[in-house]
Amino acid sequence: MRHIISILIENESGALSRVAGLFSARGYNIESLTVAPTEDPSLSRMTILTSGSDDVLEQITKQLNKLVDVVKVVDLSEAAHVERELMLIKVRATGKDREEMKRMADIFRGRIIDVTESTYVIELTGASSKLDSFIAALDAGLILETVRTGVCGIGRGDRILKV
Amino acid sequence: MISGAEIVIRCLQEEKVDCVFGYPGGSVLHIYDALFKQDQVKHILVRHEQAAVHAADAYSRSSQRVGVALVTSGPGVTNTVTGIATAYMDSIPMVVLTGQVPTQYIGQDAFQECDTVGITRPCVKHNFLVKDVKDLALTIKKAFHIAATGRPGPVVVDIPKDITAQMCEFDYPKSIQMRSYNPVVKGHLGQIKKAVQILQEAKRPIIYAGGGVILSDAAEKLTELARKLNFPVTNTLMGLGGYPATDAQSVGMLGMHGTFEANNAMHYADVILAVGARFDDRVIGNPEHFSSEKRRVIHIDIDPSSISKRVKVDVPIVGNVLDVIDEMLKLLDGGFTTDPEVADWWKQIDEWRGRKSLAYRQSDHIMPQFVVEKLYEVTGGDAFITSDVGQHQMFAAQYYKFDKPRRWINSGGLGTMGVGLPYGMGVLMANPGAQVACVTGEGSIQMCIQEMSTCKQYGLPIKIINLNNGMLGMVRQWQEMFYSKRYSQSYVTSLPDFVKLAEAYGHVGMRIEKPEDVEPALRKAFTEHKDDLVFMDFIIDPGANVFPMVAAGKGLTEMILAEEL
Ligand SMILES: Cc1ncc(C[n+]2csc(CCOP(=O)(O)OP(=O)(O)O)c2C)c(N)n1
Ligand SMILES: [Mg+2]
Repeated sequence: MRHIISILIENESGALSRVAGLFSARGYNIESLTVAPTEDPSLSRMTILTSGSDDVLEQITKQLNKLVDVVKVVDLSEAAHVERELMLIKVRATGKDREEMKRMADIFRGRIIDVTESTYVIELTGASSKLDSFIAALDAGLILETVRTGVCGIGRGDRILKV
Repeated sequence: MISGAEIVIRCLQEEKVDCVFGYPGGSVLHIYDALFKQDQVKHILVRHEQAAVHAADAYSRSSQRVGVALVTSGPGVTNTVTGIATAYMDSIPMVVLTGQVPTQYIGQDAFQECDTVGITRPCVKHNFLVKDVKDLALTIKKAFHIAATGRPGPVVVDIPKDITAQMCEFDYPKSIQMRSYNPVVKGHLGQIKKAVQILQEAKRPIIYAGGGVILSDAAEKLTELARKLNFPVTNTLMGLGGYPATDAQSVGMLGMHGTFEANNAMHYADVILAVGARFDDRVIGNPEHFSSEKRRVIHIDIDPSSISKRVKVDVPIVGNVLDVIDEMLKLLDGGFTTDPEVADWWKQIDEWRGRKSLAYRQSDHIMPQFVVEKLYEVTGGDAFITSDVGQHQMFAAQYYKFDKPRRWINSGGLGTMGVGLPYGMGVLMANPGAQVACVTGEGSIQMCIQEMSTCKQYGLPIKIINLNNGMLGMVRQWQEMFYSKRYSQSYVTSLPDFVKLAEAYGHVGMRIEKPEDVEPALRKAFTEHKDDLVFMDFIIDPGANVFPMVAAGKGLTEMILAEEL
């Protein structure tokens, strides 16, 4: 099962490697990981996309909570939440493909943020599955480069992760 | 204003540390200089940093205090890793202070630089790199706090050399608050009530007690609880002494080399009360086989991640073992009736006991089990026994009946050969004047044998009980049983003359080759040579094996017993 784990962690050097090290040492999956400081710069917020059985997920949350730098952990996917991922994708945009690329970006509500004679960079935000669909919808031969941030997410409504 | 180095020493004094185990080097010279100028904190100069950490670890294990080691950067640190990992696996509170190259050199492959925080990260409870002298005292305070609270463990504080030279105001915080670290102490009362209800209904109960009982100093309370319930108690290797082994309710150690009665009682119990134990692979054998029996499990542990990790638990109770048992006792005061069927369960247990699974083969040679039995007699069952890893360790665990906690000092989790002698040093520093025996093998003892020199320097009269089979016996046992006797690299040839070696270090050496000489030699060592380190080289039957044995992958009840071979 796919799970999104949100972590509030002390913004100390090495905090990221404690989390990453825990996942590799115990054989847990990391499909994506994003991290940045929060509005309180002494805290970082980390979002990890992982997968595993209920037992594994229970261990992941318990083990994360055990890390001395970790302040709070929640499994966002346990309740209502929204999630987003950002992708920048560089595509070949020449001849008839140039117009087609523009059209595809519009359909997916992407924005072209860099233009040269032969390329576009398209910015696309959404659920990971939307980004996947966009990639699938393009002619693979025209994709020059993709970069994705990984998932970040937040609970809906009153579900708040704060100290 | 005082220097960072002086701050380090002042912190140790504030923590009432009376001794540190260490080894100097470039990056800790300021600290050693500060150490030199005072006499409150004694320093024990080991001969290898691994031993400093093992000794600090045993100082902790054998007392309620936090052991401290101090080493230099680079190789000083890398030499400590085995010791740190050993303490980590057994949840031993310890603080390791490491020197680091000056701040401005970090990351430049400076002389004797290594990424200490990176190298030790997976085997510490937590670690710190001090980046500002203003943070030094607070960091050391945090280190002691983290090491000793919650599920204990080793904490490393890495201190760059320049920080130890800088001047700063010294202010040691009395207490500490960390928003990210608040270990639970008290168990959930509702859960405890539920547990007591289940205990009341139990027909085939067992108390399965691990190292957590010792770590939380709950041995006495556990004994009180067990007596009240009239339930059998089994101890893990780490839990020996957490319940008196000579008590009628004790069924002995369980697990891979557990007794017939302990393993059967654990497997067929309808209610398991697990206390500070973690159902590890050496304890429950094949997990599928173990789960095949229907039962209810109550699990008390300070670490939530130990609960339902390997065995599904019905009543999890997160909390300090001591506090939780105390709550249970209070509830029991309201009246407790043991189910009448428990009497039948005891009959069944007595039948299993009748199997006498610790009986061993007689021989013209000295049997290792016999040596441990005699050691038990000669020391009145009251010695601190340190051990290494191998057959000798299991013989010590099986045949020395530990009635008190913190008397059995061994590496259970990591299984580190070489700990025995430095463990003896740590025990003696924490318990001056105590009787200390190190039950070891000719393989293990050679892994830290240089510490005989340290023992000479500080007059540490450890009795080294070398059960010398000329083999890496435990390896040989597996090869005999599971590799058709292909003894690949399990012989130890070219052994030193241990008697001469001990004498060369300035100690007393004895070689004992006949069964009838075992007891007199031990008596002599513990009386006439009370104040000497005595290296007792017992030449034992090389074919002796450890039984019962649950082979890898087998179920807990599928034991190989001595006579079956
Ligand atoms: C540092 C280390 N290396 C290897 C092992 C694997 N090992 C476990 S027991 C053992 C043999 C120990 O031999 P000895 O100390 O002579 O004890 P015996 O089993 O003969 O009593 C070995 C090599 C270990 N536990 N620790
Ligand atoms: Mg041996």
